[in-house]
Amino acid sequence: MIEFKHVKKAYQDNVVIEDLSLTINDGEFICIIGPSGCGKTTTLKMINRLNKINDGEILIDGENINNIEVNKLRQGIGYVIQQIGLFPNMTVAQNISVVPNLLKWGKEKIERRVKELLKLINMPYDEYAHKYPRELSGGQQQRIGVLRALAANPPIILMDEPFGALDPITRDILQDELKSIHKQLKKTIVFVTHDMDEAVKMADRIIFMESGNILQFATPEELLNKPASPIIKEFLGKISYSHNANDLTCADVMRTKVFTVNRKRKTLECINMMNQRDIGSVIVVDDDDKFMGIVTIETIKEKGVPGALIEEILDRDVKTVLINHNAKDAFDEFYDSKLDYLTVLNRNKTVAGIITKTSMAKALASLVWGENNDS
Amino acid sequence: MIVSFLNEYGSALITAILTHIKFVVISVSVGFIIAFILGIVLSRLPKLSSIVIPILSVFQTIPGLVFIGVLFLYTGIQDLTVIIALSIYAIFPILKNTYVGLITVDKTLIEAARGCGMNKFQILIRVELPLASAAIVSGIRMSTIYTVSWAVLAAMIGLGGLGEFIYRGIDTNDTALIVGGAIPAALLALAFGFIIDKIQDKLTPRGLKRE
Repeated sequence: MIEFKHVKKAYQDNVVIEDLSLTINDGEFICIIGPSGCGKTTTLKMINRLNKINDGEILIDGENINNIEVNKLRQGIGYVIQQIGLFPNMTVAQNISVVPNLLKWGKEKIERRVKELLKLINMPYDEYAHKYPRELSGGQQQRIGVLRALAANPPIILMDEPFGALDPITRDILQDELKSIHKQLKKTIVFVTHDMDEAVKMADRIIFMESGNILQFATPEELLNKPASPIIKEFLGKISYSHNANDLTCADVMRTKVFTVNRKRKTLECINMMNQRDIGSVIVVDDDDKFMGIVTIETIKEKGVPGALIEEILDRDVKTVLINHNAKDAFDEFYDSKLDYLTVLNRNKTVAGIITKTSMAKALASLVWGENNDS
Repeated sequence: MIVSFLNEYGSALITAILTHIKFVVISVSVGFIIAFILGIVLSRLPKLSSIVIPILSVFQTIPGLVFIGVLFLYTGIQDLTVIIALSIYAIFPILKNTYVGLITVDKTLIEAARGCGMNKFQILIRVELPLASAAIVSGIRMSTIYTVSWAVLAAMIGLGGLGEFIYRGIDTNDTALIVGGAIPAALLALAFGFIIDKIQDKLTPRGLKRE
């Protein structure tokens, strides 16, 4: 648990944070967001004492951080910065093992840990461990930056706009990876961003700061639904300008994780799989993964004979749309049909995704409150 | 012509080259140790270095001839006189490169290192010096090559080295002697430069090498 109690920070006479109090619980993913100069990075760096506080106190698990030897404190807190900050004179493995080395872990333990961490982000040890940072792409570098922070298994990770310098696609992927790492490892993460989409996507709770004060400290839903101040509203509003509803295509409103089955599956197997996933119908594809049709659970119950192949009973006459099709037209079609979802196909007839009511609502919501890039 | 020159002066030339190398190696080593430490200290003290470095660079402009001449009045004709003078001249390029190399290390890397929990000494050893090493070595290279040519002055107070050939050549109006001293001195400078480049290449991690 991280607690701020009446924390004050001033640079000479310039008071940047007047009186800040807040509590972050163990395992929470907290995003600090706000306009430039609101004190979000200042606040973050107080936690590992890169910024000294002038008054008040910060406690970690009840202990005042000023009572902990500063380097000990920092070795126990992961730190990731926007500029990545990998040491160019060290290999990937050496960069990851910086903190374990400071903690004087044994060589074997360190190597085991490096392997384990690289596995976590699917970068094979043999291929990457001995590369130097500049031999990696920006996205790979920041993955290693995150691993360096995780290396000594600290309970708290501080991240200062870690994905701010990455291109939108890479950023999106790294966000997903970080989210899954957070789920697996249950770290307390304090993450500074100026990107509301990122905050909404990542955070369990969002701290919105302005001029050194907390305007709102709430879950993403709460913040979106009931912004506590006009400044927050304006901040949310800014993001939504970047999209025009008429430009949306099916690719923008579909869900890409789709469950498909091969035409040679048996009907009973299919029922079983549908039950497991709690879905009412499946998309059937041929051996080249090309779309064939849809089978609903009702059809199977009606026409299915035990042991029969799924392709014998599938409904081939279903509406589909192409991935670059206009989203509004697709929506109209979807609305008129009785189907639970509309299948979106790539040009080569493979399944690109499905449009469901939820995916559509999400896309529309992001239009109103901002999409996950361009901000 | 070269053959007859070598026949006549061969052993004297070798002695002169060895003396020359001795002056260069000792002076650059002494200069390096002083410059390296001073460079690190100054890079920690930006206020002091804004005074010290200009003063040192003024010193640098005093001609070596004058300096050795004056020093020789106090310390007499001995190797030490030459070594002190050359060491002092060797300091500046190394000092300046060490200082600049250290203060231009990317500040975000220093912050990353602090954030990892390194203390100042660990940051210096593990991050700053490796990143400044290219600049430091090129300072050593510069000093060494300068020192090869400055060491010619040693002969001015009768302490040998390749300068002896040159001075004697000038005195006796013997071009062969002048060239016979100057060419080995030039080759020596090239050879030192080459060796230092090789060492640098060996020591630089792949991550810091330019394409």
